[in-house]
Amino acid sequence: MVEHIHSDGEEPAVTLDAFLSQSNATAVRLEPDEDARALIPHLDRLALIEVAFPKFRDGRGYSSARILREAGYAGELRAQGDVLVDQVAYMKRCGFDTFAPEKELNPADVEAALSRWPEHYQGAADGVVPIWKLRHG
Amino acid sequence: MYKYDEYDHQMVAARVAEFSDQVRRRLAGEITEDQFKPLRLMNGLYLQLHAYMLRVAVPYGTLDSRQMRMLAHIARKYDRDYGHFTTRQNIQYNWIKLEDAPAILADLASVEMHAIQTSGNCIRNISSDQWAGAAADEITDPRPWAELLRQWSSFHPEFSYLPRKFKIAVIAAEEDRAAMRLHDIGIQIVEQDGVHGAAFYVGGGMGRTPMIAPLIKDFVPLDDMLSYAEACLRVYNRYGRRDNIYKARIKILIHELGAEEYRRQVEEEFVHVKSLGIDPPKAEFDRIAAQFAPPPLDASAPDAIDRGDPDFAVWVDQNVAKHKVSGHAIVNISLKPVGGIPGDASSAQIDLMADLAEKYSHDELRVTHAQNIVLPHVRKADLHAIWQALDEAGLATPNLGLISDIIACPGLDYCSLANARSIPVAQKIATRFADPARQRDLGELKLKISGCINACGHHHAGHIGILGVDRKGTENYQLSLGGSGAEDVSLGTITGPGFDEDGVVDAIERVTDKYLATRTEGERFVDTFRRVGMAPFKEAIYG
Repeated sequence: MVEHIHSDGEEPAVTLDAFLSQSNATAVRLEPDEDARALIPHLDRLALIEVAFPKFRDGRGYSSARILREAGYAGELRAQGDVLVDQVAYMKRCGFDTFAPEKELNPADVEAALSRWPEHYQGAADGVVPIWKLRHG
Repeated sequence: MYKYDEYDHQMVAARVAEFSDQVRRRLAGEITEDQFKPLRLMNGLYLQLHAYMLRVAVPYGTLDSRQMRMLAHIARKYDRDYGHFTTRQNIQYNWIKLEDAPAILADLASVEMHAIQTSGNCIRNISSDQWAGAAADEITDPRPWAELLRQWSSFHPEFSYLPRKFKIAVIAAEEDRAAMRLHDIGIQIVEQDGVHGAAFYVGGGMGRTPMIAPLIKDFVPLDDMLSYAEACLRVYNRYGRRDNIYKARIKILIHELGAEEYRRQVEEEFVHVKSLGIDPPKAEFDRIAAQFAPPPLDASAPDAIDRGDPDFAVWVDQNVAKHKVSGHAIVNISLKPVGGIPGDASSAQIDLMADLAEKYSHDELRVTHAQNIVLPHVRKADLHAIWQALDEAGLATPNLGLISDIIACPGLDYCSLANARSIPVAQKIATRFADPARQRDLGELKLKISGCINACGHHHAGHIGILGVDRKGTENYQLSLGGSGAEDVSLGTITGPGFDEDGVVDAIERVTDKYLATRTEGERFVDTFRRVGMAPFKEAIYG
């Protein structure tokens, strides 16, 4: 389920460096230039990974998200920062399930963006059956 | 030709709906120009000097007469009655109103066309050999491979906010007619033990730092091609530079890492990506390939051409190429009349070319990276009728591959990035060398002009290249020699100090005079240059 986050009362996400040196945190924040694969040995004990998008044009977080899902991460994967309505559909396909945009998004626009594409050409991290598979059963 | 099925139609329709909504939100002031910019760019819409420019995708340069007529319709209805064919085998319109863009995209969708990813920091329209399916020297038709890549790259969720734009070309012949190694990924379909696979050249490009792509993998089996491409792109998306727009292309990453290290990272990523099951089965390739089945050409059609009309014979020698099927030929229509704007065609000319394709070329046309049009499957017996029709429309200039077959970017007449005008320089050069006999005597000579360092006019790859720069407020033109975008790929070398507009035309004439005085039998300009080097030419130019 995709939802907006107005976080209160949840455990704050710590930096990757802090997470790797402190064993009890369950939420981590990943910056664009940090290697998502550093988290792979620890995915079991993570409840939240927040991927930072300081600028919407910086697309590294899309790869980070897919890498985490492809490694089996099943917890919350949140896109935080300069997250715009025109990015949420691609983000969802890359495995994000929650969004924490700096500027609040119009819920109707988000809904429209997420329901716009009936099918998809390529497999990604959202479990969608790609068009080529639909064509050939 | 590839025909959309219900899924392809759905995807394009969804995109039109999405972009209509984005334009509505922009016009209502709900999103800023900064936020709108990447969205309109991914739909081919640029804000240029005077108006919006819309770039329409022609996937791998192939289209049918119905699609070609739609391009004419758009020129007539929404623009100033002409369109400009580009070096990426697309067409662009220079005088578009933002509020018309959704209607244009809907018109395009009605003939299975779109403007998806013709701009922006995403995977662009896949380009290919304009003679695909017709060339006598190809090992297979590269377009099914290109179509597989087109679908994979369309709306790719991970690779739509790359560090920079990303261009892929696919060829399947030894002769490179698509400047394959000057692309971010150049793929050459090759054969190993009777099986076709993809050789991946990665990290080529022009721009301010031109590079020739190194070979990263000599044979990627069809079953692995999309996984391999995905691995190439993922390494780039993660590690390509984002601190400086001029160092953000993949060529810089590969240059800084070294081809060996980039290859190692891609191979490692590939092992992982391959496990995800993202490669379609062979049945999907076969479904696509079936739609590119060769047209029914009669190999017993007469092979002789009546060369009685001397003007016709000149055109045949220069603009008609060998077809793989006997009795047939490939017609190259030059969009480079002397004094014209390279790549421009009026809506009436576009309609005429569509009519000829429908009547004589199994309903197929191609756009070439040299900004010309091709009728790929023509009976030799029909060549004279085609030539007559083209000649009446001002489309029979017999200059394919000659000095006046110039590639030029739109330059400062249209482009907001340009430092100098390209079109007037192209016109002056074509006028100076207008004598057809003189051009033919000079032989193959690829002349390419860019109006700024971004090199959209491919000047680095010109046998003769011209780069327009701004020097203290006046337009200045640098000359380079010895580049090539073909299978003998090379980057041009600057001759020395630049020239004004007339000065560069004079300098070119001194270069060609030197060539005529220096060449040995059968030697092209670029061969002579490679043999004797820059010094004699430099002396001829600067004294």
